[in-house]
Amino acid sequence: MIRAFLAILRRDLALATRAGGGGELALVFFLTLVVLVPFALGPDLNLLSRIGPAILWLGALLATLIGLDRLFQGDEEDGSLDLIRASVLPLELAVLAKGLAHWLTTGLPLALCAPLLGLLVALPGDAMLPVAATLLAGTPALSFIGATGAALTASLRRGGLIVPVLVAPLTVPVLIFGVSASNSALGGTIPFLTPFLILCALSLAAIVIGTIAAAAALRLAE
Amino acid sequence: MHESCAARVFCLRNNVLTLPFAPSFPRLALSAEDLACRRGGRLIFEGLSFSLGGGEAIALTGRNGAGKSSLIAMICGRLRPAGGHLRIEGAGDAPLSELLHLVGHRDGLKTALTARENLDFAQALLGEASASAQEALAAVGLPHVAALPVGYLSAGQRRRVALARLLVSRRPLWLLDEPASALDVAAQAMLVGLMRDHLAQGGAILAATHGSLGLDGAREVRIGA
Repeated sequence: MIRAFLAILRRDLALATRAGGGGELALVFFLTLVVLVPFALGPDLNLLSRIGPAILWLGALLATLIGLDRLFQGDEEDGSLDLIRASVLPLELAVLAKGLAHWLTTGLPLALCAPLLGLLVALPGDAMLPVAATLLAGTPALSFIGATGAALTASLRRGGLIVPVLVAPLTVPVLIFGVSASNSALGGTIPFLTPFLILCALSLAAIVIGTIAAAAALRLAE
Repeated sequence: MHESCAARVFCLRNNVLTLPFAPSFPRLALSAEDLACRRGGRLIFEGLSFSLGGGEAIALTGRNGAGKSSLIAMICGRLRPAGGHLRIEGAGDAPLSELLHLVGHRDGLKTALTARENLDFAQALLGEASASAQEALAAVGLPHVAALPVGYLSAGQRRRVALARLLVSRRPLWLLDEPASALDVAAQAMLVGLMRDHLAQGGAILAATHGSLGLDGAREVRIGA
């Protein structure tokens, strides 16, 4: 069973890095979004650094959501999902492996690049690490909430933007606590740990609920 | 060329038979009683009953849209029967989905991965490893494509890689949906050989087909008369 779990994880990582896998696309999209914001807002450094964490979080959210529709759709189209259904692995664990691979190829690189992109939005140096930490803790929630939406639309051809539209409202709590934890690192009355721990809790809950919900959705799909 | 393929198949067949684990499957029987299928509110078929035991093959026939693929989807658990029962006996508490191999219209291969990677993945996923990916590819006459991405292969070669999946992991029930589509004459003969071996080991085959399966003992089950 562990072998099957690792096989799915390894395959999805390999697929994301091969040609046409789109693994790096989310990162480039994130970069584009964050680069565009200073141009739109003008050279007001105070304003930029005040809304910097929010921009980074919005960018990470959108970058995670745009590629999500392919999470199960590719496997559904070419019949790999039938193979996974016939495997010795419970569907929940298969979803967990796929969600984990998605986070490793999307959320993790986004969080690691956040300090670098923080420069573009004039984020103060001592806030870089906390912002990256909130992204590291919060992006798993995005991947697994999104997995549920992706599973619901797995058999839809041209699902395209349905997944982001479906999933975005569910990510509001993650966004609120992610940005609030990042802002508390910039100064303010709330200690950093309070929103940060809630963010961690949201991620843990999303991993469990999202995995079960996505597996249930895949079972219902015809 | 054809003869050398056949020779390879035969020698590999001997290898498989001399592998250390038990060469024959535990006796199990799949039975369908009064099965009905409904898709999108429309009744596709009803009152379908058949039984399939070890060493037996069923050729599933019927006009286009009669529900052959739907029946296969039902057996592999992707579709719920609208009526009737599907039973599997003699398998202990293993669910039906862990006893079967499926080679369908959608070949379950990732175009960006090589043939060997695809087969290794299937083996890890399905368990009960038997032949290695390289041996399985040799058995379907494609030992030279192991390192090629599946996206570069022709339709017939892809179908053969999908069929090689049947060999990398040992499962008693083969569900095949139009297994011979896109195969050339030599590959069709190869497929018949693989199916014969499987039946000889006590396995069971259910294949949807428009032509003949090429197996002598195969029963025909016709859907939607």
